[in-house]
Amino acid sequence: MNCSDITKKYYRVQKLTHIWCPGCGHGTLMNTVIRAIDKLGLNKDDVVVVSGIGCSSRAPGYMDFNTLHTTHGRALAFATGIKMANPKLHVIVIMGDGDSSAIGGNHLIHAARRNIDITTIVFNNNIYGMTGGQYSPTTPTADFATTAPFGNIDVPFDLCKLAQGAGATFVGRATAYHAPLMQKLIEKGLQNKGFSFIEGLSLCPTYYGRKNKKGNAFNMHSYFKDNCVDLKVVQKNPEKGENKILIGEFFNGPKPEYTESYQVIVDKFKELRRD
Amino acid sequence: MSNKNDNKVLLQNKDWCKGCGVCVGFCPTKTLIIENDKCIIAYPEKCIFCGQCELRCPDNAIWITAGGKENEQ
Ligand SMILES: Cc1ncc(C[n+]2csc(CCOP(=O)(O)OP(=O)(O)O)c2C)c(N)n1
Ligand code: SF4
Ligand code: SF4
Ligand code: SF4
Repeated sequence: MNCSDITKKYYRVQKLTHIWCPGCGHGTLMNTVIRAIDKLGLNKDDVVVVSGIGCSSRAPGYMDFNTLHTTHGRALAFATGIKMANPKLHVIVIMGDGDSSAIGGNHLIHAARRNIDITTIVFNNNIYGMTGGQYSPTTPTADFATTAPFGNIDVPFDLCKLAQGAGATFVGRATAYHAPLMQKLIEKGLQNKGFSFIEGLSLCPTYYGRKNKKGNAFNMHSYFKDNCVDLKVVQKNPEKGENKILIGEFFNGPKPEYTESYQVIVDKFKELRRD
Repeated sequence: MSNKNDNKVLLQNKDWCKGCGVCVGFCPTKTLIIENDKCIIAYPEKCIFCGQCELRCPDNAIWITAGGKENEQ
């Protein structure tokens, strides 16, 4: 196949090119996941990638690991089962903003609350891409969508705050433009023994971009370039954060991990039976 | 005199390219152009192997290889 070595190593190249529209940010973000896995040198057979339904959830179909494409909003439920059955696996979940925070919002908060060792990556394009551009829980107020032709009246979730508030022990945000930061956050998320939540701001030129006159894919990348600022910068100079999108590592606070706590209970039962 | 870029080559897979223009927009040396909805390496001599195109291409359709010419297609 005519492609780079890293593509050959980690992709099901016979399934490429992928289904996404020209310039879709999901492809760029998927590559950051691959580079993070490569950087950490994880054994491909020890990695499981699970998704729900949506454009973003098509990613695992192209990635050459153990992969599972499940039902809308339920990726974390399947991933929890996988992790409980074999805690040695590195379990990665890839979801869309609708997938993770609308239909799957309850799974998200409870997986975070349990601090189960799953690295959850949301490709947030602020819209339902796959079904034609309906607004999602992360569509900004007053933005347009097929279901908000006069502007969205909802207030969007801050997914990182939601995950952190629910109990995630590693939380960060980057964008498709900030691909090196995204890779770094995924590496750290994979190294965290607990629930890691990484939001990757993606771009959907086809629906969100067109409905909101954001220009082409290059313009949308440039928007991220010009309008994001790292938390570290804002901590030193708070005025630099005004009207900007915050990116960076937001939280890293280890707590007991769910499958380890569960093993303690299993061991107690075994002791009981021995007596 | 040898240059660290001496045996680097910029390659592409046109079948995978969707002509989105992200690589063209971010290339600092204007090496790339879009023609008939595909990225074309129009001025390979200008390439400084910065990797911006490879980093940002959503379709893995352009990349740098250190392996010399034998990979070229
Ligand atoms: C139970 C169920 N409800 C609704 C749908 C329809 N549906 C498919 S994808 C999707 C939302 C996709 O948006 P998002 O999760 O943000 O991902 P994106 O496509 O934008 O990457 C919906 C509502 C479905 N497949 N299953
Ligand atoms: S509809 Fe949007 S999210 Fe879906 S593939 Fe196209 S650009 Fe990407
Ligand atoms: S970024 Fe990739 S898909 Fe887009 S025009 Fe360049 S090579 Fe083609
Ligand atoms: S490696 Fe850099 S200079 Fe060369 S084509 Fe890509 S973006 Fe342009």
